[in-house]
Amino acid sequence: MTSELDIFVGNTTLIDEDVYRLWLDGYSVSDAVALRVRSGILEQTGATAAVLQSDTMDHYRTFHMLERLLHAPPKLLHQLIFQIPPSRQALLIERYYAFDEAFVREVLGKKLSKGTKKDLDDISTKTGITLKSCRRQFDNFKRVFKVVEEMRGSLVDNIQQHFLLSDRLARDYAAIVFFANNRFETGKKKLQYLSFGDFAFCAELMIQNWTLGAVDSQVDDMDMDLDKEFLQDLKELKVLVADKDLLDLHKSLVCTALRGKLGVFSEMEANFKNLSRGLVNVAAKLTHNKDVRDLFVDLVEKFVEPCRSDHWPLSDVRLFLNQYSASVHSLDGFRHQALWDRYMGTLHGCLLRLYHD
Amino acid sequence: MPGKLKVKIVAGRHLPVMDRASDLTDAFVEVKFGNTTFKTDVYLKSLNPQWNSEWFKFEVDDEDLQDEPLQITVLDHDTYSANDAIGKVYIDIDPLLYSEAATVISGWFPIYDTIHGIRGEINVVVKVDLFNDLNRFRQSSCGVKFFCTTSIPKCYRAVIIHGFVEELVVNEDPEYQWIDRIRTPRASNEARQRLISLMSGELQRKIGLKVLEMRGNAVVGYLQCFDLEGESGLVVRAIGTACTLDKLSSPAAFLPACNSPSKEMKEIPFNEDPNPNTHSSGPSTPLKNQTYSFSPSKSYSRQSSSSDTDLSLTPKTGMGSGSAGKEGGPFKALLRQQTQSALEQRGGSPHRFCRRREFPFFTLTAFPPGFLVHVGGVVSARSVKLLDRIHNPDEPETRDAWWAEIRQEIKSHAKALGCHAVVGYSESTSICEEVCILSASGTAAVLNPRFLQDGTVEGCLEQRLEENLPAGCGFCHIPYDELNMPFPAHLTYCYNCRKQKVPDVLFTTIDLPTDATVIGKGCLIQARLCRLKKKAQAEANATAISNLLPFMEYEVHTQLMNKLKLKGMNALFGLRIQITVGENMLMGLASATGVYLAALPTPGGIQIAGKTPNDGSYEQHISHMQKKINDTIAKNKELYEITPPEISEEIIGSPIPEPRQRSRLLRSQSESSDEVTELDLSHGKKDAFVLEIDDTDAMEDVHSLLTDVPPPSGFYSCNTEIMPGINNWTSEIQMFTSVRVIRLSSLNLTNQALNKNFNDLCENLLKSLYFKLRSMIPCCLCHVNFTVSLPEDELIQVTVTAVAITFDKNQALQTTKIHVEKSLQRASTDNEELLQFPLELCSDSLPSHPFPPAKEHLESASSNSGIPAAQRAVTVEKASPMGEGNFRNRSAPPCANSTVGVVKMTPLSFIPGAKITKYLGIINMFFIRETTSLREEGGVSGFLHAFIAEVFAMVRAHVAALGGNAVVSYIMKQCVFMENPNKNQAQCLINVSGDAVVFVRESELEVVSTQQPTANCQPSCTGGEVTT
Repeated sequence: MTSELDIFVGNTTLIDEDVYRLWLDGYSVSDAVALRVRSGILEQTGATAAVLQSDTMDHYRTFHMLERLLHAPPKLLHQLIFQIPPSRQALLIERYYAFDEAFVREVLGKKLSKGTKKDLDDISTKTGITLKSCRRQFDNFKRVFKVVEEMRGSLVDNIQQHFLLSDRLARDYAAIVFFANNRFETGKKKLQYLSFGDFAFCAELMIQNWTLGAVDSQVDDMDMDLDKEFLQDLKELKVLVADKDLLDLHKSLVCTALRGKLGVFSEMEANFKNLSRGLVNVAAKLTHNKDVRDLFVDLVEKFVEPCRSDHWPLSDVRLFLNQYSASVHSLDGFRHQALWDRYMGTLHGCLLRLYHD
Repeated sequence: MPGKLKVKIVAGRHLPVMDRASDLTDAFVEVKFGNTTFKTDVYLKSLNPQWNSEWFKFEVDDEDLQDEPLQITVLDHDTYSANDAIGKVYIDIDPLLYSEAATVISGWFPIYDTIHGIRGEINVVVKVDLFNDLNRFRQSSCGVKFFCTTSIPKCYRAVIIHGFVEELVVNEDPEYQWIDRIRTPRASNEARQRLISLMSGELQRKIGLKVLEMRGNAVVGYLQCFDLEGESGLVVRAIGTACTLDKLSSPAAFLPACNSPSKEMKEIPFNEDPNPNTHSSGPSTPLKNQTYSFSPSKSYSRQSSSSDTDLSLTPKTGMGSGSAGKEGGPFKALLRQQTQSALEQRGGSPHRFCRRREFPFFTLTAFPPGFLVHVGGVVSARSVKLLDRIHNPDEPETRDAWWAEIRQEIKSHAKALGCHAVVGYSESTSICEEVCILSASGTAAVLNPRFLQDGTVEGCLEQRLEENLPAGCGFCHIPYDELNMPFPAHLTYCYNCRKQKVPDVLFTTIDLPTDATVIGKGCLIQARLCRLKKKAQAEANATAISNLLPFMEYEVHTQLMNKLKLKGMNALFGLRIQITVGENMLMGLASATGVYLAALPTPGGIQIAGKTPNDGSYEQHISHMQKKINDTIAKNKELYEITPPEISEEIIGSPIPEPRQRSRLLRSQSESSDEVTELDLSHGKKDAFVLEIDDTDAMEDVHSLLTDVPPPSGFYSCNTEIMPGINNWTSEIQMFTSVRVIRLSSLNLTNQALNKNFNDLCENLLKSLYFKLRSMIPCCLCHVNFTVSLPEDELIQVTVTAVAITFDKNQALQTTKIHVEKSLQRASTDNEELLQFPLELCSDSLPSHPFPPAKEHLESASSNSGIPAAQRAVTVEKASPMGEGNFRNRSAPPCANSTVGVVKMTPLSFIPGAKITKYLGIINMFFIRETTSLREEGGVSGFLHAFIAEVFAMVRAHVAALGGNAVVSYIMKQCVFMENPNKNQAQCLINVSGDAVVFVRESELEVVSTQQPTANCQPSCTGGEVTT
């Protein structure tokens, strides 16, 4: 006796959250059944393995049919085939677009192309996430990217509108799209200590302050591309380190203000010129795409690592950065105050976030 | 009444990409009705076209309006080649033809293609203007309302229940026409869908005409079926119960229908019946003829050897084809028999000049209070026929004659049970190649004539009748003459009123009457059976089947009886026995809901007897089994809370002086065969069922009895509308369909292996359901409807549709407690009046008894007065399936952001926690789906899963477009699945029906009624408007 056909269709589509998770995680039906057995469900319900198998198959089939609709979530809301309560629809969408930290760190900043897709095998092996799940997550990134690129208006709003994600998840996707578009390098060994959250935080600041959208909300792609003019202008900041007088003045201003307040004052004093040079040079280099990509590598190399090697506590870094940014306003010979604020305001937030072990 | 049909095509959405180059579609729409077609403009390059067409107007006869569906085709415009069809929508405009239903059909409909399934949606608005033109010769029956619901619809009152209406139409099946060889599968499927739609329209119109002739205005319990007879054609047939209904003005006032006896009564009901009814045996009617009147019908059935009271041993079913061999003409014998019975009838009622109704049948399963007087038992008949080509579709005489024979038989069985009517009546067929089994079954009953149009019972008699009826047990009292019983039954005095005789078990096809007193809860009971059969051709095949049928019926009933005893229960409701024929086997599946009726005696246990009593180990084995059985019975009694009042036994002693014992199961069934009294043998133990284990088969049977696992705790199941003993439903419901197909390993199949496979299939299916619905606990699966088919040699397909309803556990416990107390009380009060009839009942000896049964009625009536009213009050209050207030605490979650309105579907006639305020019309849809890329669509499971989901979606969309928010009395009448995995192909046909309704949550209703007391509320949750 073999089962040829075995289906269950409810007027309200049954969604089992646990099975959905297993499906999203890319487990095959048999693996999923094994995992469910291990969870002790048979003992709880008195069911048999055959029942579990049939149930899992049913859910997998349903999810497979829903997947097409999940690719364009508004369709899920308007379709007539599956009657699903709104709260469940939201859950289906949110979970489908959720991603694994380990996975996103692997592809963050990479071009969402076929080439990267080929690397998913390796990523899967490395992270222990099933290839199927990797593919879904990658395709989600790519799909969101495709839909929102060249779109007007706020990136987060666009994502929310077209994919009906929660605010938090939409922000994460905005970061992913922003990173993918600007191809920021995040995979270097130096950067391994950083979490997706760190990058997402920086991305948000950069979107708010450094993109076209920060100055003009009526252009295509406004939140995706960095403001080229702004990057060009950043060269002007070079004077802060090129002009020796200016650099000395800056240093003395900072040192005067921080004397006695900083645990690592002497280290700061000794390193001031290096640190300042590093931060300003990062800005000046941003005209080249290549250097834009290396932004985070540079920040870590030029600022985070030196401070860390001198064991600066985070509070001292905060004090220093505050003073370092603010003191520029007192430099009479420096004319690019607004530019400096736009640059340093964002960098300040980013650096604080990046500064941890 | 010609009419003007107006259609507007508004927009489309989610259309498929038809032009690969642009990834877009140039869509336009053809609107067709009859022979007229209109087209919209082409909306270029869009998957969400906005046509916003003008109103397309069709001026048509109302006859066409009833028959024809509106056909909407969405196409992709192609400049150079033929336009590609995207899909179609068929809209049945019948709901627009009667005033109280929908006024407009408007909404998003899924665009359906038989090859690709649903491909986007289209927004359509349809209206009808009817003109009055009364001079025309009436061919149409606009205005007659149709209901699938098998009870009086909730917001109506039955003025008169006229009775049985039936009709069938036949046609050639387009799939088998020569042209099918040259047309595409799509064209063929569409031709079939369209034809069936046309035929059902025609059928409904014809039935409507009959109803108008009877002066009714509605058909209740309308059941329409298709017989796909293959080469020999396509039959669409329908049965129903004609009624005159009055709409209750206020949705809140649900008055029982019995308040106004009709003034129009003209004739005695079922005047052709030579048996005076038990109830008409008042003083005004002399009763001399009662005893003898049984004999003609009885001898008739004996002589023709064709009467199988469904439980009969007589191989009635074999009759048709069995005689074929002898007499050459296959159906002569039956025809003769029919004419004979017709003559007999005429002789029996010479003074009747006009027979308004041929068959006193009712497709209803639930009745207005007081309608059902007595229930006799299940009657059924089957007949095996060879299909031949239908030569003249306009004269479907053969099919008509076949059904007429069967119905005639049913009638005579009912007569033999002393009943003048059959309720809970249904008909079905099973077809395999050119052999067809026709089946009909129902419950013989005595009805209160007040509701029937041509009843002439004097007022005084009526009064007496009413007093005569003790509530809660009246229907259990035997309608037949105990001295002339049509079969050997084991009678006792009613445990409720102590006045009348009741059988020891009662089988019926109806729902549990609302006033019945039940102890504990009920449960689903199934008997499952397979029998191998040699492959054969034509007549030889029919004969083989005919020979097998009686044995199957016997065994099915044995199983049912055993399982019932094992549950400690004494009555079955909603019994449905399905016999399915396949190439090399027959399958029998009986489902029913077992309950413990307080009025019937406590069932005895099951006794096992070995054949070789000297063998020690064998004895031990037997006693071990016996213990197991006893344990199971005890466990079940606890599980289903069956705690009948013990006192009754002591007070009464045994009302039967000489309890008869039986050695074989069947004999003890009250509905069992009609003539084999001499086989009743005495056995040692009192009142016990004895299973004789004389071979391995019997052993298997006992084992299989014990393998049925009860549902996990928190679950109950039944196949009736509501579960006895549970009356505090919450509003959460989940309707579902589950389909399973298993392939049997063909090697050395034995009956036993087959039985086991089949049994496992059903049990596993139930287990799966319990598992899937575990989040709804505590819940009850109601209206569990199993259908079995044998699509191919080694395939068994089981389809289940049911609804899971949650209930409030705490309140359930409370009410049962009260309930038990009440029945205890009742038992004790009743006991005092007990010994008025120290009657000696001895049913198997039939000497002429001096006791006139009618007198008994009279006396009981006089001594009984007063009590029933009080009892009725109690039971009515208890039986209401939706007690006020039970639902307020838990209402459905608000669906605030949803853009698609929720449409509930349920096989029940009501929605828990809600009131139905309007019936919008019948939904009757037929779909075909075919694929040539089975693997790509996820195999057979993927294919059928998607198709059923699509069918649900289309039903919901139609209901929503009518302005409704639920379908009640939903059934999937057919699900024919065929596959050819080698060719990567599959095809499936599904037929569903139900009543589209508007319901309002009780909580909302209160708000509405306080705000605007008389509002005929159009509820806020209509959900019909699907907005973009």
